[in-house]
Amino acid sequence: MTYLKTGAVAFAAALLMSGSAFAQTRALSYNADFDPTPLAAFQALIADFEAENPDIKVTLNNFDHEGYKTAIRNFLTADSPDLANWYAGNRMAPFVTSGQFQDVSDVWTDNGLGEQLASAKASMTIDGKQWGVPYTYYQWGIYYNKDAYKAAGVEVPTTWDGFIENCAKFQAAGIDCLTTGSKALWPIAGIFDYLNMRTNGYEFHMDLTAGKVAWTDDKVKATFAEWAKVVPFTTENHAAIDWQDAAALLVQGKAANYVMGNFAVATFKEGGMTNDNLGFMVFPEITAGIPRAEEAPTDTIHIPAGAKNVDDAKKFLAFVARADVQTKLNAALGQLPTNKGATVDAADPFISAGFESLSSAYALAQFFDRDAPAEMAKAGMEGFQEFMVKPDRLDAILERLEKARGQIYK
Amino acid sequence: MSSYWKRNQLRIAPWLFLAPGAIMFMVYVIIPVFQSLSLSFYDWDGLGVKTYIGTANYVELMDDDAFYTSLKNNVIWLLLYLLAVPAGLFIAIFLNQTVRGIRIYKSLFFFPFVISQVVVGLMFSWFYAPNFGLFYKLIELVTGNGVAILADERYVTYGIIAAGLWPQIAYVMILYITGLNNIAPDQVEAARLDGAKGLKMLWYVILPQLRPATFIALVVTVIGALRSFDLVSIMTDGGPYGSSRVLSFYMYEKALSEYGFRMGYGAAIAVVLFAIMMVFISGFIWKMWRDETER
Repeated sequence: MTYLKTGAVAFAAALLMSGSAFAQTRALSYNADFDPTPLAAFQALIADFEAENPDIKVTLNNFDHEGYKTAIRNFLTADSPDLANWYAGNRMAPFVTSGQFQDVSDVWTDNGLGEQLASAKASMTIDGKQWGVPYTYYQWGIYYNKDAYKAAGVEVPTTWDGFIENCAKFQAAGIDCLTTGSKALWPIAGIFDYLNMRTNGYEFHMDLTAGKVAWTDDKVKATFAEWAKVVPFTTENHAAIDWQDAAALLVQGKAANYVMGNFAVATFKEGGMTNDNLGFMVFPEITAGIPRAEEAPTDTIHIPAGAKNVDDAKKFLAFVARADVQTKLNAALGQLPTNKGATVDAADPFISAGFESLSSAYALAQFFDRDAPAEMAKAGMEGFQEFMVKPDRLDAILERLEKARGQIYK
Repeated sequence: MSSYWKRNQLRIAPWLFLAPGAIMFMVYVIIPVFQSLSLSFYDWDGLGVKTYIGTANYVELMDDDAFYTSLKNNVIWLLLYLLAVPAGLFIAIFLNQTVRGIRIYKSLFFFPFVISQVVVGLMFSWFYAPNFGLFYKLIELVTGNGVAILADERYVTYGIIAAGLWPQIAYVMILYITGLNNIAPDQVEAARLDGAKGLKMLWYVILPQLRPATFIALVVTVIGALRSFDLVSIMTDGGPYGSSRVLSFYMYEKALSEYGFRMGYGAAIAVVLFAIMMVFISGFIWKMWRDETER
């Protein structure tokens, strides 16, 4: 005799129980744009998060890196995920002002991120509130060839004036004091950012890139005046070479200093430099007393306004901000953790120097082509290149940039 | 129905044969031209809302330094690219000998056209490169001071045009070689009997017979000069601070590149380029129409 009735009741009970089990697993959708290495690192991070929170399942939707920059404008309005990658500073401002990112200041205060991520806080803050959590950045600074320094008989400078004095000695030894490859335009924007931040301060630089200050302002002219001091000692035909060609000059000892990001270390080492002859220094002080801000393009995670599972998304943000999580993640990424309580590979002098430099920085700029809107960035960088080739055209260049500012920031 | 067809077959059949090609042409060329035209009156970033702004894009264009630089560069391209036509002609005449292995030489001379423009651009940018480029070293040898062509705003456009002429001369050369193969030998004989030699023979007997080849060479060269994008993009990305920009590249920068997304403004630049091209295209079509109707 088949136990039909009991069987049916048991089956129904099993269904009900499994139904309620599904209801307890909550889902988080995360849109990202990782290249293969960061993708693997993040999949490991998500696995750790799910291990700690067995009732949450995170689904990662990975986009192509360049395509993501256009896709994000779509998915923030229609069908938002619970978490999304983006960048800090003025680059996130359009989404903040249009209300498409959520205010996550509570995540910052509840987890003490204000101290642990102190140097990155300013670049995540708009209107006194925080709008996302940074998980990695890399440093910019001056990489120098120690052998070139020895050949010219100079010491590592501590101030800008010392740097310029050294330049004259380098020129006497037939070495370019500063090298750069401006064919792709962006490398020289790094030089401008540092000169502006050291001459006029972080807040002024942020105002300039946000379009609140005129390009014909005296302070901007002061920055260019400092730049004019080093232009005669810069590699002559920089407008025809890429940054990799300029790196070759540094490797060969034909140039002494290079304002670059830490990703260039791999290129220098491939060219034959070692930890013995490759040095790193923070950009020297120009105006005494200005707190030291650094250039550190930061990658961040945000919660879109249309997210469905906000509570768990905030848990994920708090998880990503933790020191131990960041240590593991950034070891895989080869970059720096934003949490100053995290640790870095002490054997790598550049990572260690960068970590120290950024963790103790006053504030972090995001690089000219992220802080300024795309069109202004292009006009600005072309202006910088023209200035470097023809410094006497400064006034005409600044007028043109000012005209562009009037049209772009509306 | 079938009797209608039988009666009008001769009239309708040509249109039916033309229909597939004409429809493709309409959909992919003609209609987009009008769409671009209408787009130039809007302000659009490609994703958001389209706002109608009338002729504001054109007004801004009139005031734009980069636009005038591009225009000037396009004129320089047009004038200098035409050098490909006589150069191709002379090489074709030079190669028109019955020497053993002349076909190999013809193929070698044609080779530059077969290479992708991107590769040509790369090779020439290495040729001009400071410190290790052959051309740079040559100038350094002769004058003692190297000149990096692609970094100097005065020479950059000429440097790029030189790179572009290399494949273009090869193309024109092939057109003329074909044309020279079709020259009527009896006319040449008759002229020789009348005492024509050298340049006189070339001008009065050979060139008139090469008119169709010259016409095609001119069309292709003019359109190529106005369309040049690959070389500018590869060799200088617009040149030292925008001084080697041409209209097609400027349009791409404004509408489609990472620093652009101003579709309306890019469309306005495209419309200007189209207007310039229409001058030449109308000229060519008028000449072809005239030739056809006279026949």
